[in-house]
Amino acid sequence: MSSSSGTPESWISSFCSLLGHEYFAEISEDFIEDDFNLTGLQTQVAMYKEALEMILDVEPEEEDDDEEEEEDEGDESIEGEGRTIRRAAIERRHNRMDSNLSIIESSAEMLYGLIHQRFICSRAGIQQMSEKYELGHFGVCPRTFCDGVRTLPVGLSDVPGEDTVKLFCPSCLDVYVPPNSRFQTVDGAFFGRTFGALFLLTFPDYDISKKGPDSLGAHGSRNAITSASDADDKEKINGFNVNNLAPGLGRGKVYEPKIYGFKVSERARSGPRMKWLRDRPVDLIELDEATIFGAVEESEDDAGNLNGARTQPRQTLGASKKGRKPNGGSPMSIDANEQQFAG
Amino acid sequence: MDDFNSETDSDYTSYWRDWFISSRGNEYFCEIDEDYLTDRFNLTGLNTEVQYYQYALDLVTDVFDLDCDDEMRETIEKSARHLYGLVHARYIVTTRGLAKMLEKYKKADFGKCPRVMCKSHPLLPMGQSDNPNVKAVKLYCARCEDIYNPKSSRHSAIDGAYFGTSFHNIIFQVYPALIPTKSYERYTPRIYGFKVHAPATLIRWQHGERDDMRRRLRKLEIESGFKDDEEDLDAGDSEEEEEELEDEAVMEVLQNGQLAAGDPTAQV
Ligand SMILES: [Zn+2]
Ligand SMILES: [Zn+2]
Repeated sequence: MSSSSGTPESWISSFCSLLGHEYFAEISEDFIEDDFNLTGLQTQVAMYKEALEMILDVEPEEEDDDEEEEEDEGDESIEGEGRTIRRAAIERRHNRMDSNLSIIESSAEMLYGLIHQRFICSRAGIQQMSEKYELGHFGVCPRTFCDGVRTLPVGLSDVPGEDTVKLFCPSCLDVYVPPNSRFQTVDGAFFGRTFGALFLLTFPDYDISKKGPDSLGAHGSRNAITSASDADDKEKINGFNVNNLAPGLGRGKVYEPKIYGFKVSERARSGPRMKWLRDRPVDLIELDEATIFGAVEESEDDAGNLNGARTQPRQTLGASKKGRKPNGGSPMSIDANEQQFAG
Repeated sequence: MDDFNSETDSDYTSYWRDWFISSRGNEYFCEIDEDYLTDRFNLTGLNTEVQYYQYALDLVTDVFDLDCDDEMRETIEKSARHLYGLVHARYIVTTRGLAKMLEKYKKADFGKCPRVMCKSHPLLPMGQSDNPNVKAVKLYCARCEDIYNPKSSRHSAIDGAYFGTSFHNIIFQVYPALIPTKSYERYTPRIYGFKVHAPATLIRWQHGERDDMRRRLRKLEIESGFKDDEEDLDAGDSEEEEEELEDEAVMEVLQNGQLAAGDPTAQV
C-alpha cells in the first residue's frame, strides 16, 4: 500500500493503525518532505517543527553531531528545511522531554491530517485510496436502494474542527454519517471536500454500482482499472459514463410510500415531498438537453464546458449515444476549470 | 434467545413477551397487549402461517404446558417468535400499538437517519413486503422519505413483515403533527470549490422536478411542508442564484487560500 519508505514501527503507520483511523492513507515521506506540499501549514499547528519531526520519526540530534549532520543533509530532498530543523533541535529536545510531548503529539496528528487532505488529492495518494476503496475499507452506503455500494470518506469542510468525517456515496450522490461511533471523532477536514468528487473524476471506469463485500472475492482488484480501454465504447452523457451517473437513483430506486398497497398521494398532508432527491430522468439524454437549455441562463459560469455540447447538434446527442464526446476521456468535466483535471 | 428459561412459564405473567422484547436484537418490537393476543379475531389467518400454531400461541401467552423434548421445544419457540412478529405487524397499526411505537420513536429506539442532512432524525422500522420471508426489516426516515439498512447485523436479520409496509406511513396520518419539516438542504460534489459538471446537471434537473411539485401543490393550495417555502417560485431560480453567489464566495476564498497555501492540484 504505502511506499514503505518507513519502518513498520514508523509514527505514520502506527497512526494509521489506530482504532478509528482506518480511513487514512499512509502518506509517503517523499510527499511530506517536499516543502511545496506543506505550504501554509506552519501557521496552522502549534510546535510545527516538532510535530513534523515526530511524523517523520526524526529524533532531535545530539549537539555534537549537529554541525556535521547539517552539512550532510544539504541535498535537495530536505533543503533549507532540514537545516532549520537541526538548528533548533536542542531546544526542541528539551521540549519533547517535558509535558509538551502531548502537545506535540496532538499537533502531529493535526498536521498529519492537514497534509493528508492534500495527499489524497495527489496522484500517489488517490491511487492508495483507490486500493483502500477496492478493499472496502470505507464501508458501504446505508441506503437500501444503493444495495451496498462502496462509499468514500469526505469532509464537508476543509477547515479543521468544524465537522467529523462523512461517507460520500457516488451512487446516490449523498453523504452519510459513518455507522461506527469511533469515526465520529475523526476530523472531516483531514479528508476534505475535494477528494470524493476528484476520485470519481480520476477513476471514471470504476463500476461504482458494484457491491462492496461481494466484489472482493469475485473480481481481481485491478479489474476496474484495466477495463479502462473499453470505456470509449460506453455510453456517455455530458462526457460522463452513463453507468456511473448516480446509478442508485431513478425509477425503481425511489421509495414509494404505500398504505395497504395504495400509494400515498402527493395531495395528502403526509404525502411524499422528497422524491426529487432520489429521482433521475429515465433517459439520461434529458440531462444533455437540460445542459443546453441551462446554457441560456448560466452562460457565464458554464461557458467553458458547455462549448462541447453546444457545438454538437442536439440530434447527434440522441443518435450517437455511443459516440465519444469532444471532451474525450474526461468522465466528468468540472465547472470553470476543467483542463486541470481532465484525463 | 438462549437465556429464556422455560421453567418460568407456569406463572401467569407476561414472561415470554417480557423476555422477547427485552432480548438483544428485538429492540424494534413493542409489547403486544394480552387482550389483543387473546382475541382470536386479531389472529385470523395466522394458524396456517405458523407451525404448531396453538402451542406457539400458548407460549406467547404464557400458558404453555406441553411436556416435550428440547428439539420440539426449540421448534415451538421459533414458531412463537414468528407468530409474535406476524401479530406485531397487525398490532402496531391499532390505536394502542401506534401509541406504543410512537413512544419508542420519540426515544429514537429505532436509530437515527444516517443521512447527514437529516441531522439525526429518528427512524421507523418498516417492511418492503407484508409477506414473511421476503425482505428483512428496513428503517424509514420521514425527513428524507427514504429507507435505510439497519446498522447492526442483529437487526438486519429481522423479517420486515413483522412491521409491514403501512405502519410507518399510517403513523403520520394519525399524528400529522409528527410530520417533520422537509428541507432542500443537500450535498453537492465539488472539486476545489467548483461543482462537478455531470452531477450538477442532474441536481439542476432534480430541482426542476421539485419546483414542479411545489407548483402543483400551490395550485391545489396544499402546504408543501418545506421550511424554506416562503421562497417565491415565480421569482425564477432564486435559489440557484443564491447558490451561484455562494459559489463565487467559495471561489474567492479558494483563491485567497491558494495565494496563501499554494495549489495542491499541481500534484495531480
Ligand atoms: Zn448511496
Ligand atoms: Zn433521512
